[in-house]
Amino acid sequence: MLYFSKLKIFVIYFIIVLLSFFSLTNFIGSENNIFVKKVNLGLDLQGGSYLLLEVDSNPIIKQKLQNKLITLRKTLKENNFKYKNLNLKDKNIIFHINKNEIIKFEKFFLNKSNPINSFYERYNSYELDYSITEDVISINFSKFGLIEIASSSLEQSLEIVRKRIDEVGTNDPTIIKRGNNRILVELPGLDDPNRIKKLLGKTANLSFRLVSDDSNFGSELLSFDKGDQKLNISKRVLLSGDNLINARPSLDNRSNETIVSFTLDRVGAKKFAKITTANVGKKLAIILDNKIISAPQIREPILGGSGQISGSFDFQSATDLALLLRSGALPAPLNILEERTVGPDLGEDSIKSGSFSLLIGFILVIFYMIFKYRFLGIIADFALIINLVLLVGILSLLEATLTLPGIAGIILTVGMAVDANVLIFERIKEEMKTEKSNIHAFDIGYKKAQTTILDANITTLISAIILFFLGSGPVKGFAVTLGLGILTTLFSVIFFAKHMSSIYVMKNKDKNIKV
Amino acid sequence: MISIASKEIEFSRLYKRLNILSLILVIISLGMLSIKGLNLGVDFKGGTLIEIRTDNNQIKISDIRQSFLKMNIGDVIVKNFGNDKDYLVKIELSDNKNPDFIEKINNQLSADLGSVVNFRRVENVGPKVSNELLKDGLLAIILALGAMLIYIWIRFEWQFSLGAIIAIIHDVVITLGFFSFLSYEINLSIVAAVLTIVGYSMNDTVVIFDRIRENLRKYSKITIIQISNISTNETLSRTLITSITTLLALSSIFFFGGEILKGFSFAMILGVVIGTYSSIFVATPILNYTKVNQKTVARENSE
Repeated sequence: MLYFSKLKIFVIYFIIVLLSFFSLTNFIGSENNIFVKKVNLGLDLQGGSYLLLEVDSNPIIKQKLQNKLITLRKTLKENNFKYKNLNLKDKNIIFHINKNEIIKFEKFFLNKSNPINSFYERYNSYELDYSITEDVISINFSKFGLIEIASSSLEQSLEIVRKRIDEVGTNDPTIIKRGNNRILVELPGLDDPNRIKKLLGKTANLSFRLVSDDSNFGSELLSFDKGDQKLNISKRVLLSGDNLINARPSLDNRSNETIVSFTLDRVGAKKFAKITTANVGKKLAIILDNKIISAPQIREPILGGSGQISGSFDFQSATDLALLLRSGALPAPLNILEERTVGPDLGEDSIKSGSFSLLIGFILVIFYMIFKYRFLGIIADFALIINLVLLVGILSLLEATLTLPGIAGIILTVGMAVDANVLIFERIKEEMKTEKSNIHAFDIGYKKAQTTILDANITTLISAIILFFLGSGPVKGFAVTLGLGILTTLFSVIFFAKHMSSIYVMKNKDKNIKV
Repeated sequence: MISIASKEIEFSRLYKRLNILSLILVIISLGMLSIKGLNLGVDFKGGTLIEIRTDNNQIKISDIRQSFLKMNIGDVIVKNFGNDKDYLVKIELSDNKNPDFIEKINNQLSADLGSVVNFRRVENVGPKVSNELLKDGLLAIILALGAMLIYIWIRFEWQFSLGAIIAIIHDVVITLGFFSFLSYEINLSIVAAVLTIVGYSMNDTVVIFDRIRENLRKYSKITIIQISNISTNETLSRTLITSITTLLALSSIFFFGGEILKGFSFAMILGVVIGTYSSIFVATPILNYTKVNQKTVARENSE
């Protein structure tokens, strides 16, 4: 039916006006108003960096197993088990036990309040799994134990990553979890991600350890961060970065060198005082991620709980080290799995070429429709303009992210949107051949074309939906504009264009309409 | 009724010849795909892609190649990108965990070329992620085909579904065959293009099929061949107008949308042309081969 009730007309134009408003807000200055919604520009349009990081929990698992081994040894002794050859063998704790004691061990190990193997109520599972072959017991982390480790290290890493990036001070960074061991970082407007990559690439494990004179059992050979020099360092960690509360770059008055000065918390200060008092004359190495930063001699006890690190820094590297120390150590190393960076000048070029091709495509289609259908072409063109306004309006309302492929999706929508009107007009043309009344011809034309229009658009919508869920990055933006474009197309054709043509045909019901 | 016939085109006369042509193209494409394969980009193969802009156009492409050769970082492909200041560099080495990697390349390149080099775009995809993206891409295409199959199976009789699916596969295979033949790079946006082609080709086919079904109910005495001809003719101007407007929009992207969208718009243009062709000359003849007649749609109605 070509008849539109007043209510329907009101609703149609209300929606159009509302969405036009939201699409216009993109071009008004950015007041922080709830009514001002804007399309976000993707990283490929505004420039910026996208990083996908993976938390490598292998070192933590190893570390945790090492700790378990120590507790196990203690508890086995305390409970008078007869065991031997307790050691760590690729992610398994292995030991021999007296066969008679196996049952006793199992009972002990599965006791819910035992000191080694925690029971997770929410998974209904233990932290550790064990297997027995003859008299050998092998213990490793259970599936849920590993999940627990992964999720806690992901949580902690996320927090540290956030701290480090916040300290650098970039605009609106996005830092979110992806899956169970990944972190996605988006840094809009950043054209050189090297500094951030370097900052995130360091675990920043700080430790204070003594330099030992000989290469005995309790020491290891470590190299300096700069240069090839190596030193024997005691394995015993006297103080770690956990006790640090502040660090900042500063200038040493005497040597005019850039240094990093740090402040320790109360516990740390006490420990530090004790260490420096007991070891005057010895060398104290400051070690970051297993590299020696410096190994100064302790000249006098340091009691104030603050100290400084010198290590031929320039101002940048001192600032970065201070930042790393302030934000704390990552629980596990982070690997960069994927990096995508677009410079701001390329983004600008993409916006320019994207909008220019949109304009050209739009003009070509508009003229072609007028050329093909004359007056009805103008109706179709109006529908197309409304369609675009609605599309931009919805994108703004949803605060969707517009990417370069997204712009391509809009242009494609322009090309494909007229299809619905073409289907209708062609149908009307056919009906006019047999039908005398214009109104009837239009009415039937619209009715018959409707199913085909729905059919035709649903197929593209299916593609867009699949792409939305499986596509990544900028391509997702294509799926968004293509999918929403179909919805606005249907609206602008089935409601707006239909209403316009109904007015047109009512006015010209007795004239000879050429389609 | 048949009076329209005067300006009708007898499409069915071309069916056999064009079907053989299609078959040959599909076989050649499959051959290309299995022997030569696809030129997978950084997204799917891993590696590093750098778009470089140099500030003077005296620099020769061989200088850039030479500089990369010196860096000793495996296979590097350097090519011009749009104009004589812009280059695209593809580094095969994908497994690098060194965060300084890009910075070092930039320093070395600037030193060798004696001028500041602007890295306009850097894409660095590790092997893990590229594998996942490839899997997701394939999954997306398979899911799209499956979804179309289900959709058309619900909407039409099996002969129609078969025709539509064969037409879509025809379009996707030949489009990819072209990409293999021309060694054009396959990246994430090409997957988007393929999915859109699937949707578009389906759309085009459905419009003709709708009309064929309608006409099967309308004319009770004529053969499917004639019905195909009538229906194709009736929908022809719509088919052409929609293809033309879509192609107008796509060529605008191709010519003015910048280098990044070139591959995408090229694939789409190819797909739209092939998709339009296939709905008339691949999908429709299959109704003829599977002996669709008035009973086929009548049965459906009575169910």
